[in-house]
Amino acid sequence: MTDDLLRIDGLRTVFRTHGGEIAAVDGVDLSVPRGRTLGIVGESGCGKSVLSLSVMRLVAHPGRVAAGHVALDGRDLLSLSNAEMRDVRGSQVAMIFQEPMTSLNPVHTVGFQITEAMRAHDARASKADLRDRAIDALKRVRIPAPERRFDEYPHQLSGGMRQRVMIAMALACKPKLLIADEPTTALDVTVQAQILDLLRDLQQETGMSIILITHDLGVVAEMADEVAVMYAGRVVERAPAGALFGDPMHPYTLGLLGSVPRLDEERENLLAIEGSVPPPFALPKGCRFHPRCPFAVPECRSEQPPLRPIAEGHQAACLRAPVEAFAA
Amino acid sequence: MARRQARRRRNNVLRHAIHRLILAIPVMFGVVLIGFLLMQVVPTDPATVRAGPTATPDVIEAIRSDLGLDQPLYVQFGLYVWRLLHGDLGSSIINNVPVVQELGATIPATVELMVASLFWSIPLGILLGTLAAYWRGSLLDRAIMAISVAGVSVPVFFLGLVLIWFVGFQWQLLPFTGRAGPFYTPEGAMSLILPAITLGGVFIGPVARMTRTAVLDVLTADHVRTARAKGLPERLVVLRHALRNALVPVVTLVGLQIGFLLGGAVVTETVFSWPGVGRLAVGAILSSDFPMAQGCIIVLSLGFILVNLAVDVLYAALDPRVRAA
Ligand SMILES: Nc1ncnc2c1ncn2[C@@H]1O[C@H](COP(=O)(O)OP(=O)(O)OP(=O)(O)O)[C@@H](O)[C@H]1O
Ligand code: SF4
Ligand SMILES: [Mg+2]
Repeated sequence: MTDDLLRIDGLRTVFRTHGGEIAAVDGVDLSVPRGRTLGIVGESGCGKSVLSLSVMRLVAHPGRVAAGHVALDGRDLLSLSNAEMRDVRGSQVAMIFQEPMTSLNPVHTVGFQITEAMRAHDARASKADLRDRAIDALKRVRIPAPERRFDEYPHQLSGGMRQRVMIAMALACKPKLLIADEPTTALDVTVQAQILDLLRDLQQETGMSIILITHDLGVVAEMADEVAVMYAGRVVERAPAGALFGDPMHPYTLGLLGSVPRLDEERENLLAIEGSVPPPFALPKGCRFHPRCPFAVPECRSEQPPLRPIAEGHQAACLRAPVEAFAA
Repeated sequence: MARRQARRRRNNVLRHAIHRLILAIPVMFGVVLIGFLLMQVVPTDPATVRAGPTATPDVIEAIRSDLGLDQPLYVQFGLYVWRLLHGDLGSSIINNVPVVQELGATIPATVELMVASLFWSIPLGILLGTLAAYWRGSLLDRAIMAISVAGVSVPVFFLGLVLIWFVGFQWQLLPFTGRAGPFYTPEGAMSLILPAITLGGVFIGPVARMTRTAVLDVLTADHVRTARAKGLPERLVVLRHALRNALVPVVTLVGLQIGFLLGGAVVTETVFSWPGVGRLAVGAILSSDFPMAQGCIIVLSLGFILVNLAVDVLYAALDPRVRAA
């Protein structure tokens, strides 16, 4: 595993609330291989977005990264100056968000917003040159009539087109890593598939790495090379996609897999696991999953299981993993 | 291509402006009607005022028919509108000077005062509001908000009197009565300073507060996060992606304060003996000079409508979503 583009070690992100400090991300270790896709899955509120914003150092007040390391190509992002970090954003790590409707600024043209991203990292580029490059970027994300779209405003575009613009903007400076936080959740199914196809093709073209955040296991199965399952601010299982889906080892993953959503039904209804993710201010002692775990034993209430290797390249944070043991 | 787009944008704004202008016509008519009716319900009789305290009843009667006051109301109104359309607003009852001439002499003074007041107070209010929003909760924020609350609660006349007392009277730094000339002459500019500080001063607080709220709102928007994720420096994030968007609601809210501003102008002109429409209106009303008062009301209302129109057009220019509609 020497060829990791991004390594996250012991990352902890806290929010100051009136009830004291809460950790939305609590000791996460992850790595993203070069040119590959890491899928991060987990139910709503388990800390996926906070994790990705922590990598970008964009966690908003009252949150802050309290501990850990985030190394991009061996360079610790958390110890960079603000100016150095600004240079990393957009040019080395770019991000797209869940809400294509609100993620673009309604008062500026699409072209302005794309060229602005380019100019932020290349102050000397000429206007005409920027325009050509932006239209190129729009072409690459397969937006029809890019010359005309360049001068349009976001409200003149559909949701899918806006997400394409977001991708064009994110890729404008050829980042090494693209963080996509639920890029298709707000889109309808056919558009979803088109956007995912596009991301895959662009990855092949550019060799960038992708962190794909979603709570849709179908999307992960289709897109990810590696998968991390998060629960209540921690990674509970990590494995190559094949191993995770073929041989899940953590009871939570098992529960999620038992509830792979069908496209025509509501996701929430299909969670086989009873209950919901505990909020960071009401975490149970011991294994955070124990109140919902069908396999819990008394020790689970006192000991927080660390993420440990169970098989080659396969880690789980469960005292009783691998799960086959439970069958006995 | 970009040029064609820019032209289309301008055309859209222009179309929007014309549309609004047409909508303003019935409003204008209503203003004239209400101004006319208001003068009818005032218990004083113009003919009596014109005739003076010693006049006999027949003299008053003669003046009455001379002024057309013995005609039915709708005839009087029709006549009034007819003359108005020909630029004739009648003459002062007191000194017989044509109302239009008097207005022509006072309008530049009022426009000058308003422009000078807004010229410094709106940018400063927006700057303070933006700083307060960006550093919300800080000492700076609290100081700015304290100043703006104080600014809102101080009446215009009080601020004017304080400035007159200290700056004008005690320290003798600036003139404080009348208008020494147009703003482009040195004396005129000097005499404009205190009135413009007074009228603008009461406007800073509301503008700062509205800007703060609007910017705070936009700062948490998704597109601001996108701007940061692109690697833009904070200065551009705030200017282009927070303040630029916040200007849309700020312009609307500032527009709603225009009435307040006109009222303030009337008071400011009175306090500083500034020879503008506001002071003319006050004088006309106090001396029951009906044609003059009516003329002032029409001009002030027209000003109100025009500024609203300008706000509307500005709003459309700032927000592409409005423009398209
Ligand atoms: N501004 C904040 N103040 C306090 N707590 C916060 C804040 N933002 C996030 N959190 C906490 O962090 C936790 C994780 O939030 P996050 O948005 O990362 O979840 P997520 O996994 O992305 O969920 P979703 O799938 O709904 O996007 C939340 O449960 C919330 O309690
Ligand atoms: S440690 Fe215990 S409670 Fe936690 S997942 Fe494993 S079996 Fe369940
Ligand atoms: Mg999220």
